[in-house]
Amino acid sequence: MKPFWFGAGPASDAGVIVRLAAIGAVMLSVAAAFADVGGWFSPARLTQDRMMAAFQDANGTHAGFRRNHAKGVCVTGWFESSGQAAALSKAAVFRPGRVPVVGRFALAGGMPFQTDAPAKVRSMALRFLVPGGEEWRTGMNNIPVFPVNSARGFYEQLLASSPDPATGKPDPARMKAFLAAHPETVRALALIKQREVTSGFANSTFNSLNAFRFVDAAGASVPVRWSTVPVQPSATDSAEPSAAGDKNYLFDDLIAQIAQHPQQWRLIVTIGQADDQTNDATLPWPAGRRQVDAGTVTIDRASSEDGGRCTAVNYDPLVLPSGIEPSDDPLLSARSAAYARSFTLRAEEEHEKPLSAVTVQEVKAGGNS
Amino acid sequence: MTTQARFPAMSRLLHWLMAAMIVAMLFIGVGMAASVSARYELLVAIHRPLGIAIFVLCVIRIVNRFINPPPELPDTVPSLQRFTAKASHVVLYALMFIMPLVGWGMLSAARYPIVLYGPLRLPPILPHDLTLYAWLRDLHTGLAYLFFATILAHFGAALFHGLIRRDGVLESMAS
Repeated sequence: MKPFWFGAGPASDAGVIVRLAAIGAVMLSVAAAFADVGGWFSPARLTQDRMMAAFQDANGTHAGFRRNHAKGVCVTGWFESSGQAAALSKAAVFRPGRVPVVGRFALAGGMPFQTDAPAKVRSMALRFLVPGGEEWRTGMNNIPVFPVNSARGFYEQLLASSPDPATGKPDPARMKAFLAAHPETVRALALIKQREVTSGFANSTFNSLNAFRFVDAAGASVPVRWSTVPVQPSATDSAEPSAAGDKNYLFDDLIAQIAQHPQQWRLIVTIGQADDQTNDATLPWPAGRRQVDAGTVTIDRASSEDGGRCTAVNYDPLVLPSGIEPSDDPLLSARSAAYARSFTLRAEEEHEKPLSAVTVQEVKAGGNS
Repeated sequence: MTTQARFPAMSRLLHWLMAAMIVAMLFIGVGMAASVSARYELLVAIHRPLGIAIFVLCVIRIVNRFINPPPELPDTVPSLQRFTAKASHVVLYALMFIMPLVGWGMLSAARYPIVLYGPLRLPPILPHDLTLYAWLRDLHTGLAYLFFATILAHFGAALFHGLIRRDGVLESMAS
């Protein structure tokens, strides 16, 4: 009769224990290697989960919202390419013609119900839907440089700006210590502070901050940064009537302006030179670099995030068509990874998400809440 | 030692090629899901085409299994072990077939472009839907851990055959 489980094998009893132990040791080692790669044994390693935890420490819990740039509205429109960037990049989006765009305007920070204020960092995200082709997504900010140049710097800045559980306010000593350890942030913040703060989203310039590379049809590449520069006349922040007491005045103004007539930005590509640093988003490139007007972004419709077309979109900076490649800036990978985890978390929480700050009714009312 | 028939050459080739690819895939997956470093971009860029390659090879492997059936286990293998062996192989085949589809499906539901290499992209296979994405994303992780555990058990069982039972089963694939 055949044995049911451990039948008498041909091996001798003496060696069996040793060999079983060896098998166990090999299996344990493989499992341990797997866990190690997953970060289980390295509490100091900056992982996606730890980055998300830092956002939660800094901003609190806001189920269903983006972990950063949480307050926003969706917009749609199109990009009319001038064809002028086509010599630098083989991406189809730069050939002359029109491409639909789904975008999002937002305020930086993880608080979806924060009150609009002039100095808060504004962002514009765009998704270029090249028909039958490769998508391009980009998220830009109205600051000239990024405050940090690494994922670790970003994480430490978040921790330093998190409220102290004892006082409910950020501890100035922690921010001071952070700045002492990050001179690049001190330099970048000085440039950010000097920027012109315009009256709203519609007349803000938004910058890619990170460098990328444009690759032409022959395979030659150049470092680039890009910006969307408003066609609307610039006006510095002048407390417009709608600003008084309106928590969403920046968004309401934008909605009202789009309702009046389409708002436009020129997509300006700045071409770096060989010695311009591409791996440090805190450093501006020298003035006077060659610029190419790649075309015009026209935004003709706004909608609330609730039911809006930008809501289920992750504006991952590494969603690039061939013809645009990432540079060696480590922030690109960090942003892509963090955005992906934020996207997954809010997708999981979608059923618990409260209404966004800018509601469907508010957009319908023309932005005058 | 009992004489145990070897797996056909084509089966051995597919087994070892896919073993290396799947183990690499699991380590890349667990690594990239924990990473915000510059490696993240590279790991994702490998993970997508490698997953699709595993799916294509898996289809070839299933066809090959009908053309080149695997040798029977030796009679000396007890019936519960025999059942466990069969069941674990069903699980392994199911996972190597389903995992790439779940990955492709979840990227589709999130409307991430499914980039293989350069301009080469796969079309979405599911509608753009956050809830569907969340469900598939969690499933992808859960199945990955199950896959790793099953492969580890399969590896342990192979060593058990080779070192303890010495019944030629390990050699039927490994020699």
